[in-house]
Order: sequence, then C-alpha cells, then structure tokens
Amino acid sequence: MHELTIASALVEQVCDHARDRGASRVGSIRIRMGALSGIAKALHFCFPSAAKGTLCDGAVLYIDEVPLTVMCVRCDAIKTPSGHYNFRCPDCGHPTPKVITGREMQLASIELVGADAPPAGAHASAGATDNSLSSQGI
Amino acid sequence: MCSVCGCGPGTHHAHSGHEHAGHEHIGHEHHDLVLIEKDILAKNDVYAEANRERFERLGVFALNLVSSPGSGKTTLLVKTITALKKKLSVAVIEGDQQTSIDADRIRETGVPSVQVNTGRGCHLDAHMVEHAMEDLPLVRNSVLFIENVGNLVCPASFDLGEAQKVAILSVTEGDDKPLKYPDMFAAATTVVISKIDLLPYVDFNVERCIGHLGSINPDLDIFQLSATTGEGMEAWIEMLTGAATQAARKALCHA
Ligand SMILES: Nc1nc2c(ncn2[C@@H]2O[C@H](COP(=O)(O)OP(=O)(O)O)[C@@H](O)[C@H]2O)c(=O)[nH]1
Ligand SMILES: [Mg+2]
Ligand SMILES: [Zn+2]
Ligand SMILES: [Zn+2]
Ligand SMILES: [Zn+2]
Ligand SMILES: [Zn+2]
Repeated sequence: MHELTIASALVEQVCDHARDRGASRVGSIRIRMGALSGIAKALHFCFPSAAKGTLCDGAVLYIDEVPLTVMCVRCDAIKTPSGHYNFRCPDCGHPTPKVITGREMQLASIELVGADAPPAGAHASAGATDNSLSSQGI
Repeated sequence: MCSVCGCGPGTHHAHSGHEHAGHEHIGHEHHDLVLIEKDILAKNDVYAEANRERFERLGVFALNLVSSPGSGKTTLLVKTITALKKKLSVAVIEGDQQTSIDADRIRETGVPSVQVNTGRGCHLDAHMVEHAMEDLPLVRNSVLFIENVGNLVCPASFDLGEAQKVAILSVTEGDDKPLKYPDMFAAATTVVISKIDLLPYVDFNVERCIGHLGSINPDLDIFQLSATTGEGMEAWIEMLTGAATQAARKALCHA
C-alpha cells in the first residue's frame, strides 16, 4: 500500500511537469531511491497501475538505488554497512545515527515526448510571431 | 528528432546514458530530457510547511502520534486530555482506516475531535490534516493531537507540520522494535514506551530498548509510562504543558 502512495505522488509530480511543458506523454522517469527506503522493487511493480490513464501511462521507470553510507564518529570515517544494518558501525560497533546517504526518495529527471518548447521559450516564440507579423506588414 | 540523442525517425538505437527500452520513436516525436531534482514527497512538504506556519502563528502545539496498531495511542490520549483540559484547550484529529470508534472515545472527554477516514490509505498526509482543521475549531494557544493510522512504516515519510512526532512503543512489542522500524524512530522527536505496568509479564529490556533508540537517534526525548496505572504520566504531562506554554509565548512574540 505504501509503495502505491509513493508511486501516486511520483506520477502526480511528473504529470504536473509534463502538463506545464505541453508534453503529449512521458517517455521515461528516473528516480533515486535510498537503500533504507526498501521499496524500490515494490515501486517498480505498482508504478504501472499508478500511471494508468495519466500522461505517465507507458513510461519506463528507472530506479537508481543509492547505497547506505553512515558516519562513524569513533572511526572518524564514512562507512558502508552491508547486509543487515543495526545502526552500528560495521567495523567498530559504535552507534551510527548519522545517515549520509540511503534515505533519498527523489525524482531526478523525466523524458517528455511531444514536448513543446519550455514555458520560457513559449513566451519567446510568441514574441517572435509578433515580430514576423510586423515585418510582413512592412 | 529526439533532442536527447539526436536520433531521427525510425532509427534503431541502443546506447548508454539514454535508453529507449519500452518506448519507440514513431514519426517525428520530439523528446526532451528535463532535470527535476526534487523529493518525490515535495508536495506533501509544501502542505506540511503551511500547516506548521499556521500552528506557529496561532500558538498551537501540534503532535503527531504514531505507532503500530494497539500500542495505546488512544488510551494515552484519553488520559492525557483528562489531565490537560483543565489548564489548556485541546483538540484531536483522529486518523483511522474505517471506523470512528477512536474519535468517539475522544469526544467522551469533552474535547473537539474530527475523524479522518483514510480508507485504504495507510497514513495521514499534510493535505488531509489541512482539511480536517476546517472541521475543527482551531483555538489560539492550544494543543492539537493528531493520532495517525496504526502503522510504523509510511507515517515516517509524511510530515504533517507537527512540532513533535511521538512514536509510541508498548512493552508487548519487543525491545528490538526500533531496529525493525528505524526510519520511524529516526524521524521521531519523542518516544513513549507504553504499558510499563506489563513489564513483569513480558520479556522487554527497557535499557536495551533505550540503547537501540540512542543508536538510531540520540536526540530522542524518551518517556516511560502506563496510561492504565498512571505511572510515569507526570513527566509526560509536564513536558506537554511546558511545550504548549512555549508555543503560545512564541506566537505572541511573532504577533
Ligand atoms: N495494560 C495496559 N494496557 C493498555 C495500556 N494502554 C492501552 N492499553 C490497552 O491496549 C489496547 C489498545 O489500546 P488503544 O489505545 O486502542 O491503542 P491504539 O490502537 O494505539 O490507539 C487496549 O485494549 C487498551 O486497553 C496500558 O498502559 N497498560
Ligand atoms: Mg487508536
Ligand atoms: Zn566505527
Ligand atoms: Zn532518442
Ligand atoms: Zn501509507
Ligand atoms: Zn485541498
């Protein structure tokens, strides 16, 4: 259920961008998920149903998994725990509450299909049309 | 032409950095790669900040209560409200998947309470809280308790705009629970170890539990109490009263 919520939030955000830019659909989406989020696989699975009937329908979801890295103050070093993580340094056992990477849930980029020029460009081209009209008048 | 890779219509391509698996270039469709770099839950965070700003302006001390189902959130709320309501205005937002049983239990204490049925949704989000406030008289210099849906997973990711996120863990759930749901205890500001009247009957080592909590989040404010016997309730009530007074004073400064 949780992953469906995340998938829906993702689809909503991507659709907002796609609509703003006049895209006809979204080709692909690249997101970054921290290892601690633990839902990367589940997200892959439920993304298509969240995307159904939206501009994201049929889009390919790429998930870059961000590994867990934590700061150990005793070793004075950044550590990469592997396997079951108990919030302790894998080398010295000291508590490591400070997570450097691994909690990310970010939308990195999207590939829009059939996109018009971006909004800023849209204004510029409207101006250009005026110019060309007036130059025609001359 | 594809503006990402420059491929023309009908071009067959598979190249690194720009994959086209699952979609085709048909005709002259235009592709645009747009960098976004935003949190997926950014929208919730916008609502949460708006709620927080509103709470701070009104001097409302808001708490988000999270736990597994049955840890004792509603029972603790009823006891807490009974102790607080003589001194402070209190209101409650009850998140529940189906019923209004908890909201009814709260209303029996005489304080206003609204029920938010999340249906299949497993958590409250900041937008739901914003709407719930429409049905609640949000009084200046008051305490707002938000009982989240019983679930230790996703409520960790959804900021509601609260001042304190209180994770409740009963002694019947095992002292290693923090390690099983580290995100929640990392996101929390406060932990209540509840049902301590049951300690003689269960295998729960309070010291070990506090050790785990400290390794996940050393800044946690930890309370141990029993809503049933009242043991440990004074420290909890004292903290709430103090924080509510501070929230009211801050709002006065900003007014
Ligand atoms: N022994 C004992 N039982 C409690 C205590 N607090 C709550 N309970 C019981 O735990 C069960 C679940 O409590 P409830 O408040 O509904 O939990 P919630 O789902 O977190 O809101 C009920 O049967 C309560 O009577 C306590 O301090 N001691
Ligand atoms: Mg309850
Ligand atoms: Zn170390
Ligand atoms: Zn291409
Ligand atoms: Zn949820
Ligand atoms: Zn709304």
